[in-house]
Amino acid sequence: MARKGDWVQIHVVVLRPEERAANIPEDTRIVPLEMWVKGRLADEQAEIGDLVCIETRTGRLETGRLCAVNPSYSHSFGDYIPELLTIDEQVRSLVFGGESDD
Amino acid sequence: MIDKSYSAVMARKNEIMKAAVGMDYDAFESGSIGFDYEAMMRAAGYTVDMSRAIQADFAIGNTPLIELKNITALARRCAPDGKGARIFLKDEAANPSGSFKVRRAATSVYHAKRMGYKGVIAATSGNYGAAVAACAAKAGLSCIVIQECFDSRGVGQPEIVEKARKCEALGAEVVQLTVGPELFYVFLRMLEDTGYFNASLYTPFAIAGVETLGFELAGQFRDKIGREPDAIVCTNAGGGNLTGTARGLLKAGCGAKVIAASVNLRGLHMASDTQFNLKSFTTGHTGFGMPFASNPDRSDVPRSAARPLRYMDDYVTVNQGEVFYITEALASLEGMEKGPAGNTSLAAAFSLAQSMDREQCIVVQETEYTGAGKHLNAQLSFARNNGIELKFGDPATEIPGRSIVLPSHPSLIRARHEDMRHLRASLIRNAIKGVLHTPTEEDILFLAEETKTYPTTVKEIIHEANG
Repeated sequence: MARKGDWVQIHVVVLRPEERAANIPEDTRIVPLEMWVKGRLADEQAEIGDLVCIETRTGRLETGRLCAVNPSYSHSFGDYIPELLTIDEQVRSLVFGGESDD
Repeated sequence: MIDKSYSAVMARKNEIMKAAVGMDYDAFESGSIGFDYEAMMRAAGYTVDMSRAIQADFAIGNTPLIELKNITALARRCAPDGKGARIFLKDEAANPSGSFKVRRAATSVYHAKRMGYKGVIAATSGNYGAAVAACAAKAGLSCIVIQECFDSRGVGQPEIVEKARKCEALGAEVVQLTVGPELFYVFLRMLEDTGYFNASLYTPFAIAGVETLGFELAGQFRDKIGREPDAIVCTNAGGGNLTGTARGLLKAGCGAKVIAASVNLRGLHMASDTQFNLKSFTTGHTGFGMPFASNPDRSDVPRSAARPLRYMDDYVTVNQGEVFYITEALASLEGMEKGPAGNTSLAAAFSLAQSMDREQCIVVQETEYTGAGKHLNAQLSFARNNGIELKFGDPATEIPGRSIVLPSHPSLIRARHEDMRHLRASLIRNAIKGVLHTPTEEDILFLAEETKTYPTTVKEIIHEANG
């Protein structure tokens, strides 16, 4: 549950598929244009999925479905890519190793 | 009550833009095909000295110019005898917010503040967002960054997710959208609602800000090496990097060849929801580079100040696997860990240097920051998890959206030359399209300037187009 003033994220459908621009690829035209915005909850309290109003960092008011409270970042460096070590070894060997490059 | 529907907002495009840029573009129109580009640039009113002073206040510029001796040694191992130009790199990642884009943002934000705007909005999924956020923070302006970030499954491109984090860390509001050109509609609506300045990448203010890069580079090169560089390679997407840099070089009296480089993403549609996350580069690629070169006014202002074909001597493409390889080599051989997209021009320079003499010098004019999401490991992992085949081999066999082929040997890295006449012809065809009358002599001169060619060539191309 989120209370007034909590930092939250909302989800908004900006354009339904039938409202989308005509000159876009078919796979894009069949899905809605969606938007996510963060701000402080302006309503007294709300649950995930509720239609709520938020005040964004620039003081704008936006309305949408509550989708996260204290939204965090989860992007990372990904799974290890061993090929990068192979490149590292190869270029060092070519420049510093003094061996033939064929 | 103002009608905020898609069609109503799009119909108000011109008036919204006029209010949000504070510039009357009509004043530069000829009434025919051409417009007075230099008058538009002058009207913005920012000389190189002024831009440098503004940027100095934001602690921007004077980034190191570094000779990549080990990368040069690697290129020479791959080159014929006597070949292998010295490769230099301007470390633009050393700027606040981690890229050259902050030069562009500084002049825009400064201008917005001077004109009395309370905030700035930028429509960008790239480094420019963080750049505008950083400058707005220092200038005390509000900032909104609008990104195309997710596909319809809600999966975010890791690089763009990282850029959102950085914008938020710098105090900006970030509005994230799914794939589609209707981002422009959201952008217009927000400009109208807030009355903020459109910190477009394509205004004369933004391009004036990039001129300092070329100007500074020319001066540093002379001081350090005591001569002129032979070629400058610019990663090319919307064209502003190349345009601003080339203008700055010219203002410094530097006649180096200007070469554009893009990552080859041919075959992928930029507005496709299902192909969105099959790209491992979100900028610096042909999906922006080609259409913006041949039709610069497709940007978010009536007349783009980024007009790369005016300055471009050559255009080369490299494949994703080649750029990833060179990014790893830069870390391994030079101790410089940088974002892959900014290294597009380095991959190109690595190949181009091999056909130049050893006494010659080629300069890569930017780097960008790296980190979670924006790191080559993050991008390659994301690609592999999305079913893209990642393997060693001949990068010429790479198919964008299906495979990433890392060169099995650095000698396989090959910058492929684009057909400049074809590009010029497509700009000319775009310019005359929809114009009912025969182009005037003034139009012909304009198109010759637009394409860095001769009036006779323009006439030939028009003749072919009408034939």
